[in-house]
Amino acid sequence: MTELLEEAPPVDERSVGMTETHHSTLFEPPSELRLGCRSKFGPVTVAWETYGELSPARDNAIFICHALTGDAHAAGWHANAKKPGWWDGFIGPGKGVDTNKYFVICANILGGCMGTTGPGSINPETGERFCRDFPVITVGDMVEVHAELVRSFGIERLLAVVGGSLGGMQVLEWAARFPDRLDAAVVLASAANMSAQGIAFNAVGRRAIVTDPQYNAGKYYGEAGPRYGLALARMVAHITYLSEASIERKFGRRLQDSEELAYSLLRETEFQVESYLHYQGKRFVERFDANSYLYLTKAMDYFNLADSYGSLANALGRTDAHFLVISYSSDWLFPSSQSREIVRALLERRRHVTFAEFDSPFGHDSFLIDVEGLEKMVVPFLHRTLETRRKKESGVSRQESGEKPSE
Amino acid sequence: MSRYCLPDVAASVTDVLIRSQIPAGSRVLDLGCGDGRLLSMLRDGHQCDILGVELDRERMLGAIGQGVPVLQADLDEGVPDIPSDSFDFAVLSQTLQEVRHPKRVLQEMLRVARRALVVVPNFGHWRVRMQVILHGRTPVTQQLPYEWFNTPNLHFMSMPDFRDLAGRLNTTIVKELPIIHGRAVDNAWLANLRAESALYVLERNGLPIGA
Repeated sequence: MTELLEEAPPVDERSVGMTETHHSTLFEPPSELRLGCRSKFGPVTVAWETYGELSPARDNAIFICHALTGDAHAAGWHANAKKPGWWDGFIGPGKGVDTNKYFVICANILGGCMGTTGPGSINPETGERFCRDFPVITVGDMVEVHAELVRSFGIERLLAVVGGSLGGMQVLEWAARFPDRLDAAVVLASAANMSAQGIAFNAVGRRAIVTDPQYNAGKYYGEAGPRYGLALARMVAHITYLSEASIERKFGRRLQDSEELAYSLLRETEFQVESYLHYQGKRFVERFDANSYLYLTKAMDYFNLADSYGSLANALGRTDAHFLVISYSSDWLFPSSQSREIVRALLERRRHVTFAEFDSPFGHDSFLIDVEGLEKMVVPFLHRTLETRRKKESGVSRQESGEKPSE
Repeated sequence: MSRYCLPDVAASVTDVLIRSQIPAGSRVLDLGCGDGRLLSMLRDGHQCDILGVELDRERMLGAIGQGVPVLQADLDEGVPDIPSDSFDFAVLSQTLQEVRHPKRVLQEMLRVARRALVVVPNFGHWRVRMQVILHGRTPVTQQLPYEWFNTPNLHFMSMPDFRDLAGRLNTTIVKELPIIHGRAVDNAWLANLRAESALYVLERNGLPIGA
């Protein structure tokens, strides 16, 4: 059995297979991006991936918004990678977002460090990295960039925009900013504004970075950089993504390498949970840029749809998009009450909204882990959205060609 | 003698009956909407603006597949996410006997909608009465295999019982339709003995009738 497996590794029929990240350059001067902070910015390079085929009518495109530390590589495999894309369990042939039916786009966000322009990118005006000269950006700016990317693909209206956490905030911003450019919005474990608790945790993370002696006012590229600060920021944040129950179940009070307590301050990875957090911090430093972390968490903290549009009902009341809002009972970072706020605003404006609270034990990260439950709900939702769109458009084209719609 | 089971009105019959009470273009909330059958019918054939509430996840998925917007919620906890007075009709079909607090549920319906449309089983039916008197057995409805120890029916009400509750809620009963042998019979003779179910339309007092 083992030998067989070694000879022929199991091929996942529900995988999109090998994928590659592409890059587009948008907002070349003089058509710079107008930022939320009112300054102009450009050009912007955007890293993106797509899966599945765009239909001839260009009506099956779904945009995936990634969370704080995600990237454009949502599904499939990169060459020599140990792990697939960050939402591989949810995106693929026959999966929650079925690439046999839909054309799926995912792109890195503005301010990130995974291929889209961010503070670690070279400033074309100076030839040096932006560092802290990078403008302060908002969730709205991230969405502007992605909307332009989608337009550059020749797609006028997306079938759906889907995202969790900061990704869900982007979905809400899409609906508010471009009410006519989406048929459906799927908002997972998210909120219409960052809670005080969320800001508090982000503040601790940022403090850990900027007080690291290696931070050097953001000019640390080519040097060690604030590795300890960034790792610490990740350790704190990672706790907020879990739940008391999931930590208890995964680690309990178990020790990492010994049978007995060492009674030593030097053993920093004595408990399994300690070891796990250290590992998470270390791995994060290898892949993430500290400046990006500062800019992106700040954008998240500034996010407040009600404030930007007068009220949440005003923000979400202009779109006819059908909403699917899902929260998780064990998520204490983006609690269900915040999802219900979105639902209430939509109902106030008589919008089409479906809401469910899932009983998943995995805390905020549930939307990434419990993809089976998610798939069951998203599949009929997206299917119906496409069906409705095609019915509507065939009605319109029949009317345009002078035919009577069959009733 | 085999045990008598109060028949549940066939869902399709109830749906048609409910639809006959709802003017086209109304805003309709269906509490316990199941797979959204009634609501999608009201939307497609009756131009209604619709919303469903359902606790069961599997049934909710059915509603989503029908394109029916649905909130997952437990009726006994109310529907606090739904703004007051946002619907013309709140529908509750064959479910009031299953909730823990029927009075509260009715109050909640009349908070979010001007009118409550309720279909309830009538345990005042003569065969139920006979069964209690002659056999000393608890009434059960036809939804086999429920017995008294596992039935979802928590309350056994009759038509006068329901009228009594409606009276306590400061509402007007604008319609009472006894359902006998699966058919609605207006002004039925001895309705409380003969009807297996009844449809009621309640309206909050002091509000204008009709849209």
